Amino acid sequence: MKYAPALFGLATLLVWEAAVRITDVPSYLVPGPIAIIQAFVADPALLLISLGSTLLVTFAALVVAASLGVVLAIAIASNRLLAAAIQPWAVVLQVTPIVAIAPLIIVWVGNPFASLVVCATIVAFFPVFANTAAGLASAPPELADLFRLYGASRITTLRLLRLPAALPYFLAGLRISGGLALVGAVVAEFVAGSGGFASGLAYRILEAGYRLQVPRMFAALVLLSLAGIAINFGLGAFGTFILRRRGDA
Amino acid sequence: MLRLSHVGRSFAPVEALRDVSLTINAGDFMALLGPSGCGKSTLLRLIASLERPDTGHLAWDAGHQPKPGEIGFVFQDATLLPWASATDNVYLPLRLAGAPRADAIPRVQEALHRVGLSGFETARPRQLSGGMRMRVSIARALVTRPRLLLMDEPFAALDEFTRNKLQEDLLTLWQELRCTVVFVTHSIYEAAFLARRIVLMTPRPGRIDREFASPLHPGAEARLDPAYTALVAQITHELQRALAA
Repeated sequence: MKYAPALFGLATLLVWEAAVRITDVPSYLVPGPIAIIQAFVADPALLLISLGSTLLVTFAALVVAASLGVVLAIAIASNRLLAAAIQPWAVVLQVTPIVAIAPLIIVWVGNPFASLVVCATIVAFFPVFANTAAGLASAPPELADLFRLYGASRITTLRLLRLPAALPYFLAGLRISGGLALVGAVVAEFVAGSGGFASGLAYRILEAGYRLQVPRMFAALVLLSLAGIAINFGLGAFGTFILRRRGDA
Repeated sequence: MLRLSHVGRSFAPVEALRDVSLTINAGDFMALLGPSGCGKSTLLRLIASLERPDTGHLAWDAGHQPKPGEIGFVFQDATLLPWASATDNVYLPLRLAGAPRADAIPRVQEALHRVGLSGFETARPRQLSGGMRMRVSIARALVTRPRLLLMDEPFAALDEFTRNKLQEDLLTLWQELRCTVVFVTHSIYEAAFLARRIVLMTPRPGRIDREFASPLHPGAEARLDPAYTALVAQITHELQRALAA
């Protein structure tokens, strides 16, 4: 059971390599796994530097999205007027296709790094915001009554009841937002890359595509997938660690 | 201690309470007994100032409005903070009153000891049984040494053996601490066993039908007392009459 994902992956790679060899399809159409690894090993430095650049954007965006999400979730949890004012705009942000507005953001923001972070933040913002808002509202009403009975202020109730109750929700949202931040960063890089700002993995994919270096293109894609898996599992383990340390997992 | 005069409360369109007048004396153990929808929980929340009456008023002794901590409240669920240890859950009311943790710990330990949970100070709620969680909840209500303890069907979700034991321990606590208890229940057996005064309520709208004084000597042996069986029968009879009317 434990090895099922690895075995399935290995079997898929074997079938893929065999199919490529048997049909003798040229590597600029479909490269086999071995050709992809060879392409990576031949020139890993640039790909890894680009991966670093993409991850930097991803984590910066995740930090901004998490901070903004928590602050706005607290705002809507503490004030009905703010809730009515903010919530529809949060949904607008969620459904706006980032590809459509990324060129504008890049022009408006100017600074390339900052504009990528802004784009990735927009994509990553909603899950952590919506989850934290749900978490803040999740404390049982009886406990809120108990805090009232003992004369607790709203700030105290937020600090000792609502925020701790929201923590598991926040961590679950953060895990979803982590993957989305990576997607947002790559999408923004695609838009920005064709505009001349070149450093992330998306640009390596575009570049390799232009030069028909399809195995290298796949190598960049594989790096991206691995980064996504690492972020997902990393944030999952982080959440489990925090909750276990608090004693409720 | 407290006098309620012609108190009414509606949650439109439901009239939860109509014209309820009741005097609670210091040292009482009073059960508010009735079927669901008779407004007994609303009455308890009014006493705790978690609700305000639409009509009528509550008058405390000598106009002394209770300060936070002078009223303890136990809910049907233990309603503990799931991330906090038993100690920190019991410490909560003192923490909200601004007491530093180090100063409060002896009182927290005493409260846990009173409910029979010495040795479980660091346990989290999920590590405790339902009965033990309720004991933590009772310790939390007692830690401020309240003059008035309000309990809203606290044992309704527990199995019978746990419930009986907790009922007996509650009686002992009441006799030791000499506080006033108002206990909401829908169990005639529970009301008859625990309370000195049993207030029967009827629904739609919630109102007080009549009151019984218990002839029992409080304690575990009361369950075998023929007077207990007679009291249960008397209340059952009156309830049937009230609901048929």
